[in-house]
Amino acid sequence: MSITILPTNGPPTVPAQLVEDFTPSLLNDEMHHLCPGCGHPVAMRAAAEMMGELELATRAIGVVGIGCYTGFASSLDVDVVQALHGRAPSLATGVKRMRPDSFVFSLQGDGDMVNEGLQEIIHTAARGEAVTAILLNNGVFGETGGHMTATTVLGQRTKNTLDGRDAALHGYPVPIANLIAQLDGAAFVGRSAVNNAGNVARTRRMFRRAFELQMAGAGFTFVEVLTMCPTGWFIETSEAPDYLGDKMAGTYELGVLKDPAHPAA
Amino acid sequence: MTAKAVVSRGTVVIDVERCKGCDLCIDACRPGVLAMTEIDRNMRGFRFPQLVTEGCTACRACAQICPDYVFQVWKYDEPIVTERRSG
Amino acid sequence: MPARFMEGSEAIAEAMVTAGCRFFAGYPMTPFTEVLEHMARLLPGVGGTCINAESELEAIGMAWGAASTGARAATGSVGQGLSLMQESISELCRAQVPLVVVNMSRGQTDYYQSTRGGGHGDYRTPVLAPVDLPEAVELVQYAFHLADQWRNPVLFYGDYYLAHVQESADVHPYEFGPLPAKDWIVDGLNGGTGNAKLVSPLSSTKHHEDRSGYGGHLKFVAERMATMTEGIEPMVETGFVDDADFVVVSFGTAARYVRYVVGLLREEGLPIGFVRPITLWPFPSDEIARVAERARALAVYELNNGQMIDDVRLAVYGRAPVEFIGDLTLDMSGFGISPDYDVERLLVRIRNAFTAQMSEVS
Repeated sequence: MSITILPTNGPPTVPAQLVEDFTPSLLNDEMHHLCPGCGHPVAMRAAAEMMGELELATRAIGVVGIGCYTGFASSLDVDVVQALHGRAPSLATGVKRMRPDSFVFSLQGDGDMVNEGLQEIIHTAARGEAVTAILLNNGVFGETGGHMTATTVLGQRTKNTLDGRDAALHGYPVPIANLIAQLDGAAFVGRSAVNNAGNVARTRRMFRRAFELQMAGAGFTFVEVLTMCPTGWFIETSEAPDYLGDKMAGTYELGVLKDPAHPAA
Repeated sequence: MTAKAVVSRGTVVIDVERCKGCDLCIDACRPGVLAMTEIDRNMRGFRFPQLVTEGCTACRACAQICPDYVFQVWKYDEPIVTERRSG
Repeated sequence: MPARFMEGSEAIAEAMVTAGCRFFAGYPMTPFTEVLEHMARLLPGVGGTCINAESELEAIGMAWGAASTGARAATGSVGQGLSLMQESISELCRAQVPLVVVNMSRGQTDYYQSTRGGGHGDYRTPVLAPVDLPEAVELVQYAFHLADQWRNPVLFYGDYYLAHVQESADVHPYEFGPLPAKDWIVDGLNGGTGNAKLVSPLSSTKHHEDRSGYGGHLKFVAERMATMTEGIEPMVETGFVDDADFVVVSFGTAARYVRYVVGLLREEGLPIGFVRPITLWPFPSDEIARVAERARALAVYELNNGQMIDDVRLAVYGRAPVEFIGDLTLDMSGFGISPDYDVERLLVRIRNAFTAQMSEVS
């Protein structure tokens, strides 16, 4: 039983429109060096495409933290200030205060934002700085080889929690988006994931909503995206989407946690 | 082995050499027109996806979920109706 | 601009605003707090922003972001707070971001921190140490000029006395010459063109053409540091050194007392002189070496356990003995004037040192 393979090595020969190019226009064409199955570039694609759709490129300034995603500081075709580990929210504050008409976003991993920079993100949100903070949360310090962060979920195996995170030994994870949502200065807080097509679509909608709200002057917006890290999770790439859905989304509820259009009852 | 009429609204171009074999596209594809190779590998040693049947809807889910930006998605001006070959 | 009677913190803040500073962030800490207060009062009136940062880390982070957009930005603290900022200061050097950092020090114990750099990696920051309010007004503005000229952080070394002493000062603008265009800044306008900017301690560009990587960037930064070292003229004040057998070296507020006391001792007929480094980096080594050729002995008066004396000895290079005649400061809390500076005490100390040295080297 042989399967006929349809040709996919060139554009179609019948009349057709290109509806999605290989790389979004705001991302450099070069191949990144991230692991197979890494969720970060999926989230970056969503963010870059939403910036493109909203025509924010010519007013965008990004502040990028330190982690596996740091390479996007170069491959993103927008102005970028590279920050130190944990510091992006402060730099973003300084940028936005001096360029209030710009679209300013920060990009951090969970180790960067919730470990090293916990106070910076909380204060930036409390102040209501009109920036969009993006969190790529895979529950590990990926760049150093897969170590526990403040968002590692209970039972998750990392290089320094080889038997799985145990509350008695390692304490509990910090649901940062939920904390931020309680601050009056935070206008929009959402948590999504990129482990399946439905969640990717949700991620795109959340980015769009957060970006639009910043430009409308609503204040501080926050989008957390749960991303796969099969390397850091010690699993096959094909198992990572389910692992995310079962373990991580079980700890961190997906959805819009706060939106100015729906004030809490 | 009955042939069913299948509507293809588009197709994909697959940059095989970019693929790192993560399989995300397979589950993301709702019409199920993609399958990973079993034996074939690209130059870096990874299995890669192939378009194995008609019925692509140009929904772009594969392109949007692929970490390595392997897919280019085209939408036909006119949907193409074919008979799906089973097997 | 008529001179006004004002405290040093206010003069420094006004000088910053006069220099075009439009962003300031700081964390309250004695004796720096009033600088933050005055900036908070002055900046909104000129369309600037002053943020009471929640920590020193955030203060320098905000100033980093502001400076990256091309604004003249500053932050500051006391040595203890600057300790928290060291990672950022060293990385700002590699990111080539201009920034003025004000240290209203408790005593003179931050000389090492300022000149050796408390952060990691190879870097240098120019350090300016005024002796009084009028000089502070000039040096604050010069700091912004140097920062923009070299795309580097510049440290301003003040202290409790400078912050809280009231003097007549005329805060007028100083001109220091032309500066290169700020074509490296991020303004958000370059996205989608392939020419977007990157301000980063890890590289100078987005690497599209340049493949030299992090190592190449470090080499580039090292070359710039060398050019900066050559390009900044060390500043120094000297008195009575052409016929001095004994020369006292001091900086900042301490030097204000030393030069006065040296003047009194000169009137008594002692062949004594003083040297006051104004740029602690680049250190006026050539001038001190020249003085040491003529003098028979030197002494260093500083309020610490002996920090600048290392640089004096390096400059003297064995030409003459160098003695430490300083003191630990009693002003560790910054909460009050301590008997650190006292003309009578200094007269005795310098005269004794002179007598002891001259009998040894005769």
